[in-house]
Amino acid sequence: MIKLDGVSKTYGAGPTAIHALKNIDLEVPKGAIHGVIGLSGAGKSTLIRCVNLLERPTEGHVIVDGQDLTQQDSEALRQSRHQLGMIFQHFNLLASRTVFDNVALPLELMGVSKGEIRERVGPLLDLTGLTDKATQYPAQLSGGQKQRVAIARALASRPKVLLCDEATSALDPQTTASILELLQDINRKLGLTILLITHEMEVVKSICHRVGLISDGELVEEADVGDFFTAPATQLGRDFLNAFLELEPPQVLVERLEEAPGEHTHPVVRLAFSGANVATPLISRLARDSGVDVSILQAKVESIQGRTLGLMIAELIGTPEKTSQALSQLESHDINVEVLGHVQRDA
Amino acid sequence: MSSAMLELILEATLDTLYMVALSGAVSAVIGIPLGVLLYVTRPGQILAQPVAQRVLGIVTNIGRSIPFIILMVAIIPFTRLVVGSSIGTNAAVVPLIIAAIPFVARLVEGALNEIPPGLIEAAQAMGATPLQIITKVLLPEAKGGIINGLTITVVTLVSYSAMAGAVGGGGLGDLGIRYGYNRFDPMIMLITVAILVVMVQGFQSLGDRLVRKADHK
Repeated sequence: MIKLDGVSKTYGAGPTAIHALKNIDLEVPKGAIHGVIGLSGAGKSTLIRCVNLLERPTEGHVIVDGQDLTQQDSEALRQSRHQLGMIFQHFNLLASRTVFDNVALPLELMGVSKGEIRERVGPLLDLTGLTDKATQYPAQLSGGQKQRVAIARALASRPKVLLCDEATSALDPQTTASILELLQDINRKLGLTILLITHEMEVVKSICHRVGLISDGELVEEADVGDFFTAPATQLGRDFLNAFLELEPPQVLVERLEEAPGEHTHPVVRLAFSGANVATPLISRLARDSGVDVSILQAKVESIQGRTLGLMIAELIGTPEKTSQALSQLESHDINVEVLGHVQRDA
Repeated sequence: MSSAMLELILEATLDTLYMVALSGAVSAVIGIPLGVLLYVTRPGQILAQPVAQRVLGIVTNIGRSIPFIILMVAIIPFTRLVVGSSIGTNAAVVPLIIAAIPFVARLVEGALNEIPPGLIEAAQAMGATPLQIITKVLLPEAKGGIINGLTITVVTLVSYSAMAGAVGGGGLGDLGIRYGYNRFDPMIMLITVAILVVMVQGFQSLGDRLVRKADHK
């Protein structure tokens, strides 16, 4: 449904040029919810704004539903934009229009008749739970309600794609959850393809099917959400995940961590189990089979879109031979093992 | 006070209202589109024309920097060309309009400045044409600010029209100068000033009421 083909965006020229996006390839299949996550300034916003050409890519092609938007003239592009609904962090509702009239705006722009507008806006207000707010002005609404109006408005032109630019970043956690639920609902009911950018792992975790990680204008990692949460491929991915799961080794331990193993050190490892492994008593089995002692420093179980994910930070205590044997035993059970460092036992 | 005097005051009041209403209306009709043009032709805006925008901006600034009393005298030939005379209320309206147009334009531009850029972006994302953005987003969203600007303009025109009166334009300023000042009639002076004060108060509170009605913020 959406295909970015070698998209680059450069501001300015010469040595002072800013490369906001570097050769981005991205494909979002029909009906998918695709998230792009990254830190501020990584190029997320530029990326999503390139999809409907609010920003024109310096290089590359943007293909939506088989149409190359970068090749279209301004009139054709305006028509194509009716296929691309968009919602924003700050809602961008017209303060001078009621809820009903805000939702009607895209239809007015398309030249839809007044009668048809009335017929089409009603169901959208139903869908977004705003029927009783139709005659109110945005200033009278809460943030969550405003974003619902924006969603209804984005859906008015019956788009095939919904672009969400940090749509929940200005909302509190509870409201975020209800907006995400609404987006998921729309995705299921209408088969709408959703591309969203966010800096919140919560958003990715709760509704995305696939996730891309953007850093410094480059898409550095892309994976199914379940895989990303089990074993991110990049350090940035791991940083995001650890910060989200709040799974860091205790500070006193971090201070004692050494990168290289020494004579009397034990490895500290981060283990990620998924699926059946979560239910298996792997640790006690490990202790029995390999003869190492396992000291669990932190552990938690997360449920990510139906997949169960177990995470643990543990110290493996034993001779070097035994601990390395233990590590390979863990890996053979399809457990993602990351050695965080080594620690002197009796320091 | 003689009935002739009262009649004179009434006539002068109507003259002032006529000058303010006509110059206000015409300068709004020309100044609002000019203000929109100043805004939408800025670099990065929906109809960016940086060179034309600069030129337009400079012309507007020149219009705003000429003191009204000088403008009034300087354009007498033009005024004569338009209304056939350089004295009387109609002749006073011409410089009032010329002075008010750039004033309105800048106030409208300022009102448009207050619109969050995200709204324009949202409209563009919906596939709006530049004209649709102007008529459906910019003008309705800036309505309160524009009305506020027009109120300021009308109030300014009341005092400018009094100045125009001094050079034969008629109206309350004329009356105040001729009877109040030149003939040392403090009563007349007081009455003209009082009427002007009431007029300004009236315009201001009418404007405020319209702004409140237009604003849903």
